[in-house]
Amino acid sequence: MRRVAVIDYGMGNLRSVSKALESVSDNQTEVLVSADPDTILSASHVLFPGVGAMRDCILELNKLGLDEVVLEAAKTKPFLGICLGMQALLSHSEENNGVKALDIIAGEVKRFPNPLMADGEKLKVPHMGWNQVHQTSNHVLWKDIQQDSRFYFVHSYYVSPEDPAVTSATSSYPDEFTVAIQQDNVFAAQFHPEKSQHAGLQLLKNFVNWDGQS
Amino acid sequence: MGLAKRIIPCLDVDNGRVVKGVQFVDIRDAGDPIEVAKRYDEQGADEITFLDITATHHERETMVHVVEAVASQVFIPLTVGGGIRTVDDIRRMLNAGADKVGINSAAVKNPEFVREAAEKFGSQCIVVAIDAKKVSAEGEADKWEIFTHGGRKPTGIDAVEWAKKMVAYGAGEILLTSMDRDGTKSGFDLALTRAISDAVDVPVIASGGVGQLQDLTDGIKEGHADAVLAASIFHFGEHTVQEAKQQMASQGIEVRL
Repeated sequence: MRRVAVIDYGMGNLRSVSKALESVSDNQTEVLVSADPDTILSASHVLFPGVGAMRDCILELNKLGLDEVVLEAAKTKPFLGICLGMQALLSHSEENNGVKALDIIAGEVKRFPNPLMADGEKLKVPHMGWNQVHQTSNHVLWKDIQQDSRFYFVHSYYVSPEDPAVTSATSSYPDEFTVAIQQDNVFAAQFHPEKSQHAGLQLLKNFVNWDGQS
Repeated sequence: MGLAKRIIPCLDVDNGRVVKGVQFVDIRDAGDPIEVAKRYDEQGADEITFLDITATHHERETMVHVVEAVASQVFIPLTVGGGIRTVDDIRRMLNAGADKVGINSAAVKNPEFVREAAEKFGSQCIVVAIDAKKVSAEGEADKWEIFTHGGRKPTGIDAVEWAKKMVAYGAGEILLTSMDRDGTKSGFDLALTRAISDAVDVPVIASGGVGQLQDLTDGIKEGHADAVLAASIFHFGEHTVQEAKQQMASQGIEVRL
Protein backbone atom coordinates (compact mmCIF):
# COMPACT_ATOMS: atom_id res chain seq x y z
CA MET A 1 0.00 0.00 0.00
CA ARG A 2 1.36 3.38 -1.05
CA ARG A 3 0.38 6.57 0.72
CA VAL A 4 1.03 9.89 -0.97
CA ALA A 5 0.90 12.87 1.40
CA VAL A 6 0.23 16.31 -0.05
CA ILE A 7 1.55 18.87 2.43
CA ASP A 8 -1.19 21.36 3.32
CA TYR A 9 0.34 24.52 4.74
CA GLY A 10 -2.24 27.03 3.56
CA MET A 11 -0.44 28.07 0.38
CA GLY A 12 -3.00 27.60 -2.33
CA ASN A 13 -5.64 25.19 -3.33
CA LEU A 14 -4.66 21.54 -3.11
CA ARG A 15 -7.77 20.07 -4.62
CA SER A 16 -6.35 20.02 -8.14
CA VAL A 17 -3.18 18.25 -7.00
CA SER A 18 -5.02 15.64 -4.98
CA LYS A 19 -7.61 15.02 -7.72
CA ALA A 20 -4.87 14.63 -10.31
CA LEU A 21 -2.95 12.20 -8.07
CA GLU A 22 -6.13 10.20 -7.47
CA SER A 23 -6.79 9.98 -11.18
CA VAL A 24 -3.40 8.28 -11.77
CA SER A 25 -3.45 6.09 -8.65
CA ASP A 26 -4.50 2.46 -8.49
CA ASN A 27 -6.46 0.95 -5.61
CA GLN A 28 -3.19 0.27 -3.79
CA THR A 29 -2.52 3.99 -3.44
CA GLU A 30 -4.03 6.40 -0.97
CA VAL A 31 -3.80 10.18 -1.42
CA LEU A 32 -3.87 12.30 1.75
CA VAL A 33 -3.90 16.09 2.07
CA SER A 34 -2.41 16.83 5.47
CA ALA A 35 -0.72 19.32 7.77
CA ASP A 36 -0.02 16.69 10.40
CA PRO A 37 3.72 15.89 10.79
CA ASP A 38 3.13 12.25 11.72
CA THR A 39 0.82 11.64 8.77
CA ILE A 40 3.29 13.24 6.39
CA LEU A 41 6.30 11.41 7.78
CA SER A 42 4.54 8.06 7.76
CA ALA A 43 3.57 8.40 4.09
CA SER A 44 5.56 6.59 1.41
CA HIS A 45 5.62 9.60 -0.94
CA VAL A 46 5.50 13.31 -0.19
CA LEU A 47 4.31 16.07 -2.51
CA PHE A 48 5.17 19.65 -1.58
CA PRO A 49 2.97 22.07 -3.58
CA GLY A 50 2.54 25.80 -3.28
CA VAL A 51 1.47 29.01 -4.96
CA GLY A 52 1.87 32.54 -3.67
CA ALA A 53 4.77 34.43 -2.15
CA MET A 54 7.99 32.96 -0.73
CA ARG A 55 7.94 34.88 2.54
CA ASP A 56 4.43 33.62 3.38
CA CYS A 57 5.46 30.12 2.39
CA ILE A 58 8.41 30.00 4.79
CA LEU A 59 6.45 31.75 7.56
CA GLU A 60 3.57 29.29 7.26
CA LEU A 61 5.90 26.29 7.28
CA ASN A 62 7.63 27.57 10.42
CA LYS A 63 4.35 28.41 12.11
CA LEU A 64 2.96 24.92 11.53
CA GLY A 65 6.25 23.26 12.46
CA LEU A 66 6.42 21.80 8.95
CA ASP A 67 9.85 23.13 7.93
CA GLU A 68 11.56 20.26 9.79
CA VAL A 69 9.04 17.83 8.30
CA VAL A 70 9.84 18.96 4.77
CA LEU A 71 13.58 18.68 5.47
CA GLU A 72 13.15 15.19 6.88
CA ALA A 73 10.88 13.98 4.07
CA ALA A 74 13.26 15.38 1.47
CA LYS A 75 16.06 13.26 2.96
CA THR A 76 14.24 9.97 3.03
CA LYS A 77 11.24 9.64 0.69
CA PRO A 78 10.32 10.02 -2.94
CA PHE A 79 9.66 13.76 -2.79
CA LEU A 80 8.09 16.05 -5.40
CA GLY A 81 8.12 19.84 -5.13
CA ILE A 82 5.83 21.87 -7.41
CA CYS A 83 6.09 25.59 -8.32
CA LEU A 84 6.65 27.50 -5.06
CA GLY A 85 7.25 24.07 -3.51
CA MET A 86 10.25 23.80 -5.82
CA GLN A 87 11.54 27.30 -5.20
CA ALA A 88 11.37 26.83 -1.42
CA LEU A 89 13.90 23.98 -1.71
CA LEU A 90 16.63 26.39 -2.85
CA SER A 91 18.92 28.32 -0.49
CA HIS A 92 17.57 31.80 -0.94
CA SER A 93 15.00 33.83 -2.92
CA GLU A 94 15.08 37.40 -4.19
CA GLU A 95 11.33 37.66 -3.58
CA ASN A 96 9.97 39.95 -0.79
CA ASN A 97 13.35 41.76 -0.55
CA GLY A 98 15.18 38.51 0.09
CA VAL A 99 14.01 35.39 1.92
CA LYS A 100 16.10 32.55 3.33
CA ALA A 101 14.62 29.31 2.04
CA LEU A 102 15.05 25.64 3.02
CA ASP A 103 18.50 25.16 1.43
CA ILE A 104 17.95 21.55 0.39
CA ILE A 105 19.31 22.38 -3.06
CA ALA A 106 22.09 24.97 -3.27
CA GLY A 107 21.12 27.97 -5.36
CA GLU A 108 19.09 31.14 -5.78
CA VAL A 109 15.53 31.98 -6.80
CA LYS A 110 15.56 35.00 -9.10
CA ARG A 111 12.96 37.23 -10.73
CA PHE A 112 12.64 37.52 -14.50
CA PRO A 113 14.22 40.83 -15.56
CA ASN A 114 11.91 43.84 -15.89
CA PRO A 115 11.35 44.63 -18.69
CA LEU A 116 11.88 41.20 -20.19
CA MET A 117 12.83 41.74 -23.83
CA ALA A 118 13.00 39.34 -26.79
CA ASP A 119 13.78 40.59 -30.32
CA GLY A 120 12.79 44.13 -29.39
CA GLU A 121 9.44 43.04 -27.96
CA LYS A 122 8.45 43.04 -24.33
CA LEU A 123 7.51 39.64 -22.89
CA LYS A 124 4.82 39.41 -20.25
CA VAL A 125 5.59 38.51 -16.64
CA PRO A 126 4.27 36.26 -15.08
CA HIS A 127 5.45 33.60 -17.51
CA MET A 128 1.97 32.14 -17.93
CA GLY A 129 0.82 29.35 -20.19
CA TRP A 130 2.13 26.26 -21.96
CA ASN A 131 5.85 26.12 -22.64
CA GLN A 132 8.06 23.36 -23.97
CA VAL A 133 10.02 21.41 -21.40
CA HIS A 134 13.34 20.06 -22.63
CA GLN A 135 14.46 17.05 -20.62
CA THR A 136 18.19 17.11 -19.92
CA SER A 137 18.35 13.80 -18.04
CA ASN A 138 16.85 10.32 -18.23
CA HIS A 139 15.14 10.54 -14.89
CA VAL A 140 12.40 7.98 -14.27
CA LEU A 141 9.87 10.81 -13.80
CA TRP A 142 10.22 11.56 -17.53
CA LYS A 143 9.23 7.99 -18.46
CA ASP A 144 6.74 7.94 -21.38
CA ILE A 145 6.78 11.74 -21.69
CA GLN A 146 7.82 12.96 -25.09
CA GLN A 147 10.87 15.21 -25.31
CA ASP A 148 9.86 18.91 -25.47
CA SER A 149 6.27 18.28 -24.33
CA ARG A 150 4.40 21.36 -23.21
CA PHE A 151 3.52 21.92 -19.54
CA TYR A 152 1.51 24.70 -17.88
CA PHE A 153 3.46 27.42 -16.05
CA VAL A 154 2.54 30.45 -14.00
CA HIS A 155 5.40 32.18 -12.18
CA SER A 156 7.48 35.35 -12.04
CA TYR A 157 10.52 33.83 -10.28
CA TYR A 158 12.73 30.97 -11.43
CA VAL A 159 15.41 28.76 -9.85
CA SER A 160 19.11 29.02 -10.55
CA PRO A 161 20.82 26.03 -8.92
CA GLU A 162 24.55 26.23 -8.15
CA ASP A 163 25.33 22.78 -9.49
CA PRO A 164 24.19 22.51 -13.13
CA ALA A 165 24.08 18.73 -12.73
CA VAL A 166 20.84 18.95 -10.68
CA THR A 167 18.97 20.44 -13.65
CA SER A 168 16.62 17.84 -15.07
CA ALA A 169 14.86 20.03 -17.65
CA THR A 170 14.95 23.52 -19.13
CA SER A 171 12.61 25.93 -20.94
CA SER A 172 13.18 29.22 -22.74
CA TYR A 173 11.60 32.59 -21.95
CA PRO A 174 13.44 33.95 -23.89
CA ASP A 175 16.66 32.73 -22.21
CA GLU A 176 17.05 29.15 -21.09
CA PHE A 177 16.28 28.48 -17.42
CA THR A 178 15.92 25.46 -15.16
CA VAL A 179 12.35 24.16 -14.87
CA ALA A 180 12.97 20.82 -13.16
CA ILE A 181 15.58 19.64 -10.70
CA GLN A 182 16.61 16.24 -9.40
CA GLN A 183 18.78 15.39 -6.43
CA ASP A 184 18.75 11.87 -4.99
CA ASN A 185 15.16 11.18 -3.85
CA VAL A 186 14.02 14.73 -4.57
CA PHE A 187 12.44 15.89 -7.82
CA ALA A 188 10.91 19.30 -8.34
CA ALA A 189 9.17 21.16 -11.15
CA GLN A 190 8.42 24.81 -11.80
CA PHE A 191 5.42 23.91 -13.99
CA HIS A 192 2.14 22.47 -12.72
CA PRO A 193 1.84 18.78 -13.68
CA GLU A 194 -1.65 18.73 -12.16
CA LYS A 195 -2.73 21.30 -14.78
CA SER A 196 -0.73 19.96 -17.71
CA GLN A 197 -3.17 17.41 -19.11
CA HIS A 198 -1.68 14.13 -20.41
CA ALA A 199 2.01 14.94 -19.95
CA GLY A 200 1.41 16.24 -16.44
CA LEU A 201 -0.65 13.25 -15.38
CA GLN A 202 2.05 10.93 -16.72
CA LEU A 203 4.67 12.70 -14.60
CA LEU A 204 2.47 12.33 -11.50
CA LYS A 205 1.94 8.67 -12.32
CA ASN A 206 5.71 8.21 -12.61
CA PHE A 207 6.12 9.91 -9.24
CA VAL A 208 3.58 7.65 -7.52
CA ASN A 209 5.45 4.65 -8.96
CA TRP A 210 8.91 6.01 -8.07
CA ASP A 211 11.04 4.25 -5.45
CA GLY A 212 13.15 7.36 -4.87
CA GLN A 213 16.25 6.08 -6.65
CA SER A 214 17.71 8.59 -9.07
CA MET B 1 10.32 27.85 -29.69
CA GLY B 2 8.81 28.99 -26.40
CA LEU B 3 5.59 29.96 -24.74
CA ALA B 4 2.45 29.15 -26.74
CA LYS B 5 -0.42 31.54 -27.32
CA ARG B 6 -3.52 30.19 -25.65
CA ILE B 7 -7.05 29.42 -26.85
CA ILE B 8 -9.65 29.58 -24.11
CA PRO B 9 -13.21 28.44 -24.78
CA CYS B 10 -15.69 30.29 -22.57
CA LEU B 11 -18.81 28.67 -21.18
CA ASP B 12 -21.56 31.05 -20.11
CA VAL B 13 -23.43 29.06 -17.49
CA ASP B 14 -26.99 29.82 -16.45
CA ASN B 15 -28.77 27.57 -13.99
CA GLY B 16 -26.40 24.69 -14.70
CA ARG B 17 -26.55 24.90 -18.51
CA VAL B 18 -24.19 26.38 -21.08
CA VAL B 19 -25.88 29.25 -22.90
CA LYS B 20 -24.68 31.93 -25.24
CA GLY B 21 -26.57 35.09 -25.90
CA VAL B 22 -26.06 37.46 -28.77
CA GLN B 23 -25.42 40.82 -27.15
CA PHE B 24 -26.99 39.50 -23.97
CA VAL B 25 -30.32 38.46 -25.52
CA ASP B 26 -31.44 35.47 -27.58
CA ILE B 27 -30.00 32.84 -25.27
CA ARG B 28 -29.43 29.48 -26.97
CA ASP B 29 -28.85 26.28 -25.03
CA ALA B 30 -25.45 24.73 -25.76
CA GLY B 31 -25.46 21.81 -23.38
CA ASP B 32 -24.23 20.39 -20.10
CA PRO B 33 -21.17 22.30 -18.87
CA ILE B 34 -19.32 19.19 -17.70
CA GLU B 35 -19.73 17.47 -21.06
CA VAL B 36 -18.83 20.64 -22.94
CA ALA B 37 -15.71 21.19 -20.82
CA LYS B 38 -14.56 17.60 -21.37
CA ARG B 39 -15.05 17.99 -25.10
CA TYR B 40 -12.92 21.14 -25.22
CA ASP B 41 -10.23 19.49 -23.10
CA GLU B 42 -10.08 16.62 -25.62
CA GLN B 43 -9.89 19.13 -28.48
CA GLY B 44 -6.81 20.72 -26.92
CA ALA B 45 -8.19 23.81 -25.16
CA ASP B 46 -5.39 25.46 -23.17
CA GLU B 47 -7.70 26.59 -20.38
CA ILE B 48 -11.44 26.79 -19.83
CA THR B 49 -13.35 29.78 -18.49
CA PHE B 50 -16.79 29.55 -16.89
CA LEU B 51 -18.83 32.69 -16.72
CA ASP B 52 -21.62 32.41 -14.20
CA ILE B 53 -24.49 34.51 -15.51
CA THR B 54 -26.86 33.22 -12.85
CA ALA B 55 -28.63 35.80 -10.76
CA THR B 56 -29.79 33.95 -7.67
CA HIS B 57 -27.95 32.57 -4.69
CA HIS B 58 -29.53 29.14 -5.05
CA GLU B 59 -28.42 28.80 -8.65
CA ARG B 60 -24.92 29.86 -7.69
CA GLU B 61 -24.59 26.64 -5.71
CA THR B 62 -25.05 24.83 -9.01
CA MET B 63 -21.95 26.59 -10.35
CA VAL B 64 -19.84 25.34 -7.44
CA HIS B 65 -20.92 21.78 -8.24
CA VAL B 66 -20.16 22.25 -11.93
CA VAL B 67 -16.63 23.41 -11.08
CA GLU B 68 -16.12 20.51 -8.67
CA ALA B 69 -17.22 17.98 -11.26
CA VAL B 70 -15.10 19.46 -14.05
CA ALA B 71 -12.01 19.85 -11.85
CA SER B 72 -11.98 16.18 -10.96
CA GLN B 73 -11.96 15.14 -14.62
CA VAL B 74 -10.27 17.91 -16.59
CA PHE B 75 -6.64 18.68 -15.75
CA ILE B 76 -6.05 22.05 -17.38
CA PRO B 77 -6.45 25.49 -15.78
CA LEU B 78 -10.02 26.56 -14.98
CA THR B 79 -11.21 30.12 -14.45
CA VAL B 80 -14.56 31.11 -12.96
CA GLY B 81 -16.04 34.58 -13.33
CA GLY B 82 -19.38 36.22 -12.70
CA GLY B 83 -20.66 37.32 -9.33
CA ILE B 84 -17.29 37.17 -7.53
CA ARG B 85 -17.73 39.88 -4.88
CA THR B 86 -16.07 38.74 -1.67
CA VAL B 87 -12.97 36.93 -0.43
CA ASP B 88 -15.33 34.16 0.54
CA ASP B 89 -16.65 33.85 -3.04
CA ILE B 90 -13.06 33.43 -4.22
CA ARG B 91 -12.20 30.86 -1.58
CA ARG B 92 -15.27 28.78 -2.44
CA MET B 93 -14.45 28.72 -6.14
CA LEU B 94 -10.79 27.88 -5.55
CA ASN B 95 -11.75 25.14 -3.11
CA ALA B 96 -14.17 23.76 -5.68
CA GLY B 97 -11.21 23.37 -8.05
CA ALA B 98 -10.94 26.66 -9.96
CA ASP B 99 -7.38 27.91 -10.53
CA LYS B 100 -8.29 31.52 -11.17
CA VAL B 101 -11.26 33.78 -10.59
CA GLY B 102 -12.45 36.65 -12.74
CA ILE B 103 -13.39 39.84 -10.90
CA ASN B 104 -15.40 42.41 -12.81
CA SER B 105 -17.97 44.80 -11.32
CA ALA B 106 -16.76 44.24 -7.75
CA ALA B 107 -13.41 45.71 -8.82
CA VAL B 108 -15.11 48.78 -10.29
CA LYS B 109 -17.15 49.22 -7.14
CA ASN B 110 -14.17 48.74 -4.84
CA PRO B 111 -10.67 48.53 -6.38
CA GLU B 112 -9.20 47.64 -2.97
CA PHE B 113 -10.97 44.29 -3.28
CA VAL B 114 -8.50 43.33 -6.02
CA ARG B 115 -5.55 44.23 -3.81
CA GLU B 116 -7.00 42.26 -0.92
CA ALA B 117 -7.71 39.25 -3.13
CA ALA B 118 -4.23 39.28 -4.67
CA GLU B 119 -2.57 39.52 -1.27
CA LYS B 120 -4.65 36.69 0.08
CA PHE B 121 -4.57 34.24 -2.81
CA GLY B 122 -1.69 35.46 -4.99
CA SER B 123 -1.82 37.43 -8.23
CA GLN B 124 -1.60 34.23 -10.26
CA CYS B 125 -5.25 33.46 -9.54
CA ILE B 126 -6.70 36.96 -9.86
CA VAL B 127 -8.00 37.82 -13.33
CA VAL B 128 -9.56 41.25 -13.66
CA ALA B 129 -12.29 41.22 -16.30
CA ILE B 130 -12.74 44.52 -18.11
CA ASP B 131 -15.82 45.31 -20.20
CA ALA B 132 -14.96 48.26 -22.43
CA LYS B 133 -16.85 50.28 -25.02
CA LYS B 134 -15.56 52.83 -27.45
CA VAL B 135 -16.63 56.34 -26.48
CA SER B 136 -14.60 58.46 -28.91
CA ALA B 137 -16.35 59.78 -32.00
CA GLU B 138 -15.25 59.10 -35.57
CA GLY B 139 -12.11 61.12 -36.30
CA GLU B 140 -11.18 61.55 -32.63
CA ALA B 141 -8.31 59.76 -30.92
CA ASP B 142 -9.45 56.29 -29.76
CA LYS B 143 -10.89 56.21 -26.28
CA TRP B 144 -12.63 53.38 -24.43
CA GLU B 145 -14.55 53.44 -21.21
CA ILE B 146 -15.41 50.77 -18.63
CA PHE B 147 -19.04 49.67 -18.63
CA THR B 148 -20.81 47.50 -16.07
CA HIS B 149 -24.13 45.68 -15.94
CA GLY B 150 -23.62 43.80 -19.18
CA GLY B 151 -22.52 46.90 -21.03
CA ARG B 152 -25.46 49.08 -20.05
CA LYS B 153 -23.92 51.27 -17.37
CA PRO B 154 -21.09 53.70 -18.15
CA THR B 155 -18.59 54.45 -15.38
CA GLY B 156 -16.55 57.29 -16.87
CA ILE B 157 -13.36 55.28 -16.24
CA ASP B 158 -10.80 55.14 -19.06
CA ALA B 159 -10.14 51.51 -20.02
CA VAL B 160 -6.35 51.76 -20.52
CA GLU B 161 -5.82 53.63 -17.25
CA TRP B 162 -8.06 51.14 -15.49
CA ALA B 163 -6.08 48.16 -16.79
CA LYS B 164 -2.82 49.70 -15.56
CA LYS B 165 -4.36 50.41 -12.17
CA MET B 166 -5.68 46.88 -11.81
CA VAL B 167 -2.25 45.43 -12.56
CA ALA B 168 -0.72 47.77 -9.98
CA TYR B 169 -3.30 46.47 -7.49
CA GLY B 170 -2.25 42.88 -8.14
CA ALA B 171 -4.20 41.52 -11.12
CA GLY B 172 -2.18 38.66 -12.63
CA GLU B 173 -4.03 38.71 -15.94
CA ILE B 174 -6.57 40.89 -17.77
CA LEU B 175 -9.63 39.47 -19.52
CA LEU B 176 -10.64 42.19 -21.93
CA THR B 177 -14.08 42.17 -23.55
CA SER B 178 -15.21 44.64 -26.15
CA MET B 179 -18.88 45.31 -25.43
CA ASP B 180 -19.24 46.75 -28.92
CA ARG B 181 -18.22 43.45 -30.44
CA ASP B 182 -19.47 40.85 -27.95
CA GLY B 183 -21.90 38.53 -29.69
CA THR B 184 -21.61 40.28 -33.05
CA LYS B 185 -19.20 37.81 -34.72
CA SER B 186 -17.41 40.74 -36.37
CA GLY B 187 -14.00 40.13 -34.77
CA PHE B 188 -12.17 41.57 -31.75
CA ASP B 189 -11.77 45.32 -31.31
CA LEU B 190 -8.10 45.08 -32.28
CA ALA B 191 -7.20 48.68 -31.48
CA LEU B 192 -8.60 48.27 -27.97
CA THR B 193 -6.82 44.95 -27.46
CA ARG B 194 -3.50 46.37 -28.62
CA ALA B 195 -3.85 49.51 -26.50
CA ILE B 196 -4.40 47.48 -23.33
CA SER B 197 -1.92 44.72 -24.09
CA ASP B 198 0.88 47.18 -24.83
CA ALA B 199 0.10 49.16 -21.68
CA VAL B 200 0.44 46.34 -19.13
CA ASP B 201 3.10 43.75 -18.22
CA VAL B 202 0.70 40.91 -17.43
CA PRO B 203 -0.94 38.65 -20.04
CA VAL B 204 -4.09 39.92 -21.77
CA ILE B 205 -6.91 37.66 -22.98
CA ALA B 206 -8.87 39.12 -25.89
CA SER B 207 -12.62 38.51 -25.85
CA GLY B 208 -15.78 39.61 -27.60
CA GLY B 209 -16.66 39.30 -31.23
CA VAL B 210 -15.05 36.13 -32.59
CA GLY B 211 -17.00 34.98 -35.64
CA GLN B 212 -14.39 33.12 -37.64
CA LEU B 213 -11.02 31.49 -37.06
CA GLN B 214 -9.06 34.33 -38.65
CA ASP B 215 -10.33 36.61 -35.87
CA LEU B 216 -8.31 34.59 -33.34
CA THR B 217 -5.10 34.98 -35.32
CA ASP B 218 -5.77 38.70 -35.73
CA GLY B 219 -6.25 39.07 -31.98
CA ILE B 220 -2.75 37.71 -31.38
CA LYS B 221 -0.93 39.25 -34.32
CA GLU B 222 -2.61 42.63 -34.53
CA GLY B 223 -4.12 42.88 -31.05
CA HIS B 224 -0.92 41.66 -29.33
CA ALA B 225 -3.06 39.43 -27.09
CA ASP B 226 -1.43 36.58 -25.19
CA ALA B 227 -4.58 34.47 -25.29
CA VAL B 228 -7.89 34.51 -27.12
CA LEU B 229 -11.28 33.63 -25.71
CA ALA B 230 -14.30 32.55 -27.72
CA ALA B 231 -17.65 30.94 -27.06
CA SER B 232 -20.15 30.49 -29.83
CA ILE B 233 -17.78 29.45 -32.63
CA PHE B 234 -16.94 26.38 -30.56
CA HIS B 235 -20.30 25.70 -28.90
CA PHE B 236 -22.40 25.10 -31.96
CA GLY B 237 -19.91 22.88 -33.73
CA GLU B 238 -18.84 25.46 -36.30
CA HIS B 239 -15.19 24.85 -35.41
CA THR B 240 -13.13 22.75 -33.04
CA VAL B 241 -10.34 24.13 -30.86
CA GLN B 242 -7.95 21.93 -32.83
CA GLU B 243 -8.97 23.57 -36.11
CA ALA B 244 -8.46 26.98 -34.56
CA LYS B 245 -4.96 26.04 -33.44
CA GLN B 246 -4.01 24.61 -36.81
CA GLN B 247 -5.17 27.79 -38.47
CA MET B 248 -3.10 29.89 -36.06
CA ALA B 249 -0.05 27.64 -36.47
CA SER B 250 -0.29 27.94 -40.26
CA GLN B 251 0.18 31.69 -39.83
CA GLY B 252 3.26 31.34 -37.70
CA ILE B 253 1.72 31.56 -34.24
CA GLU B 254 3.16 29.19 -31.66
CA VAL B 255 0.41 26.99 -30.21
CA ARG B 256 0.19 23.76 -28.23
CA LEU B 257 -0.90 21.13 -30.75
